[in-house]
Amino acid sequence: MSGRDGFGRLVHAEWTKLRTVRGWVIGLVLAAFLTVGFGMLGPMGSQIACDHVNDAPTHSCHMSGPPKDATGQEVDDQSTFVHRTLTGDGSVTARLTAFGGLYSPDGGGSGDPSNPTAGMTSGLQPWSKAGILVKDGTATGSPYAAVLATGTHGVRMQYDYTHDTAGPNVAVTSGAPRWLRLTRAGDTLTGYESADGATWTEIGTADLANLPQSVQVGVFTTSPDFAVVKSSFGGSSTNTGPSLATGTFDQIAVTGQTAGDWTVPAIGSAAAADGGPGALQGPEAVAGAVPSGTGGFTVTGTGDIAPSAPGEGAGKTPESSLAGTFGGLIAVIVVAALTMTSEYRRGLIRTSLAASPRRGRLLAAKAVVLGGVSFAVGLVAAGIAVPAVTAVEHSKRMYVYYASTQTEIRMVVGTAALLAVSAVFALAVATIVRRGAAAVAAVIVAIILPYILAVASVLPAGAAEWLARVTPAAAFAVQQTVTAWPQVSASYTPTNGYFPLSPWAGLGVLCLYAAAAYAVAHRLLRRRDA
Amino acid sequence: MTTGTANPPPAIAVQALRKRFGATAALDGMSFDVAAGKVTGFVGPNGAGKTTTMRVILGLDAPDEGRALIGGVPYGKLRRPLGHIGALLDAAALQPGRSARNHLLWLAHSQGLGAKRVDEVVAASGLASAIKRKAGGYSLGMRQRLGIAAAMLGDPPVVMLDEPFNGLDPEGIFWIRGYLKALAAEGRAVLVSSHLMSELEGCADHLVVVGRGKMIADTGVAELIARSSGGRVVLRTGARAEATTALAEAGGTVAVTGPDTLTVDGLSSEEAVRILNADGVPFAELSAHRASLEEAYMDLTRDSVEFRAATTQTSTQASASGEVA
Repeated sequence: MSGRDGFGRLVHAEWTKLRTVRGWVIGLVLAAFLTVGFGMLGPMGSQIACDHVNDAPTHSCHMSGPPKDATGQEVDDQSTFVHRTLTGDGSVTARLTAFGGLYSPDGGGSGDPSNPTAGMTSGLQPWSKAGILVKDGTATGSPYAAVLATGTHGVRMQYDYTHDTAGPNVAVTSGAPRWLRLTRAGDTLTGYESADGATWTEIGTADLANLPQSVQVGVFTTSPDFAVVKSSFGGSSTNTGPSLATGTFDQIAVTGQTAGDWTVPAIGSAAAADGGPGALQGPEAVAGAVPSGTGGFTVTGTGDIAPSAPGEGAGKTPESSLAGTFGGLIAVIVVAALTMTSEYRRGLIRTSLAASPRRGRLLAAKAVVLGGVSFAVGLVAAGIAVPAVTAVEHSKRMYVYYASTQTEIRMVVGTAALLAVSAVFALAVATIVRRGAAAVAAVIVAIILPYILAVASVLPAGAAEWLARVTPAAAFAVQQTVTAWPQVSASYTPTNGYFPLSPWAGLGVLCLYAAAAYAVAHRLLRRRDA
Repeated sequence: MTTGTANPPPAIAVQALRKRFGATAALDGMSFDVAAGKVTGFVGPNGAGKTTTMRVILGLDAPDEGRALIGGVPYGKLRRPLGHIGALLDAAALQPGRSARNHLLWLAHSQGLGAKRVDEVVAASGLASAIKRKAGGYSLGMRQRLGIAAAMLGDPPVVMLDEPFNGLDPEGIFWIRGYLKALAAEGRAVLVSSHLMSELEGCADHLVVVGRGKMIADTGVAELIARSSGGRVVLRTGARAEATTALAEAGGTVAVTGPDTLTVDGLSSEEAVRILNADGVPFAELSAHRASLEEAYMDLTRDSVEFRAATTQTSTQASASGEVA
């Protein structure tokens, strides 16, 4: 504790007060245990049911998780890709003359192998894609750049799964075909589009440092699942079903040093490779490419080339290891409130104020000590919970989604800050109401109740998002690792782990509440007779 | 008030304090000074404004008007207040789960003092053997000692105690009286409040008597008792009737105060002895009466008690008419 003078000695005194009441110390230690302990309940319940034990020993029954790109980001990488080899610099140009699709709104595929698309409805998905692709081989998750048309989001340039640049928002029809072009110059790929093949507009560029000399270039089509989320009180239900898209490229031109002929995936080849029962039903059975016009192709595909949004049953998110934060938070709120209200209850506040007649400094010293200690508790608790819970999930052969080290540090430090700011909030409310039970109840209702309502799948998505935006519960965004990708349709609700605000903005909402309560507490403490 | 360099400001100066709590005037022009080197008793009935005055002195309550100064400085301006004035307002104001020593320790830290000073005041308080125990288990007497130890942490020149005798056993009362006298002998100003005059007997050098939020008397204890004793003689005799006749003839006012005791007003003890000897009236003992502090206090406040009753009546009428209006 620095200094024997001024503010430092008040901080020293408040630290002595805090550490010399055993109940409070136990409460703070308990906060760390609750955070880790509740977090452990998640993996305790993790269990992978294997229904194919006949052909695999139990120990090989595990969740593999989705494929990953070079950075570790989970991705979807499934499309129908007609490709050939390009070595060194060059370009690909193609004209997309028709783009349509089918989807299955009732969720099921056709049961009839002779007519796999029977019962499907005509129409594209918002993020159905058809376009040209430059890719490091055909391996899943490899680097790429693409210029493509979408179902409803216009023409775009995308690369390496997570990057997306909008071009003109036009729909492609047989009456209004679209020209697409990608050029490679070293590591730089530039995307263009054109209405007539004569006047070209640049959409964007990508630097793909890892791209080898020889790449696969060509045209592709893919289409993500149809999904409709119905949300109401009591939770939400999601209707999903397969979809397919068909793009017709009547002209394809490749400049530069090409080798070999076009590799054309045959209709149904992906389904045959899958080989599972039911593979000959639905879109996979009809995915593939056939020649069209002179040197063109009609390509039918299903799937997506995009980042993979964690969904139900697909593994655990890193932030699920911090699901116990609310437990630790309650303990911290109780201790923080009681450090103030017990002084009022016992009359000790008069001793404190006599020792520090500058009352604002007394409140500030308490805030510094409670905030600092809660931050340390949060740092230890989250620092243990994240690796420990993840390790247990792994030991149960669950898949845990990727988070960069930087993101993990943000989760841990953010959780510590969440506890620290909540402690100051509780202190301020306690100073205002001067009653322990009332202060604890008020802060829990302000922070934890909206958090539970928002994530517990009891409210419609709109109400849950509103709570996660305007109440102090917004601060839980600081733990979010999953990304709401604009180029992927998914149910981005707080229930699924997606908060409406960015991590630090969410924490900022809590900070605003804490600052407002602190200002009122400061004013009241200074004005009131003790 | 003029303060020259030759006259240091009083240890505590209470200047025309007024404070209302709703309809009640808790302080109604309270003024007095407390001097160094004396134990000043701060006496008055419950509700007279003693505790409110002390809270204002410590900056805990804000007066509506007036001010209180410690050595010429308002409390809020003191940077290490416990080095200027040590106070015990409420001995029960302790966190029950915290040990007595840790209570003193945080208070010491708040003033930039260390554990060494805590050990010193603990040794002087006589609590050394129990200091590691939780304060919640302390008896009232131990809490009073702990509160006094806390007040002495900053080695202050001014000490202020609110009702320190409350709930103490005779040994505790004796200890506090001695301790307060020792503090005054060291040159400190000691202000100690009580609603029972007898508690201050043999301890206070000076009295500030208050009632209904204002000061009624500000006087030295010796003068007050001398004034109250005023030429009264106590006589023990078996010949009550003869003595009464003789003394009354000589101009004394005689009252029967016991089976064989008379109290005589208006004659000195020498005159009474001469008259009784001259008339041959036997007596067992004759002494000049010395009023107790409590008697002196009752003499002093008799008028103001009547004044209080009148005021109460007036204010009742006022509030009644207020309701009608």
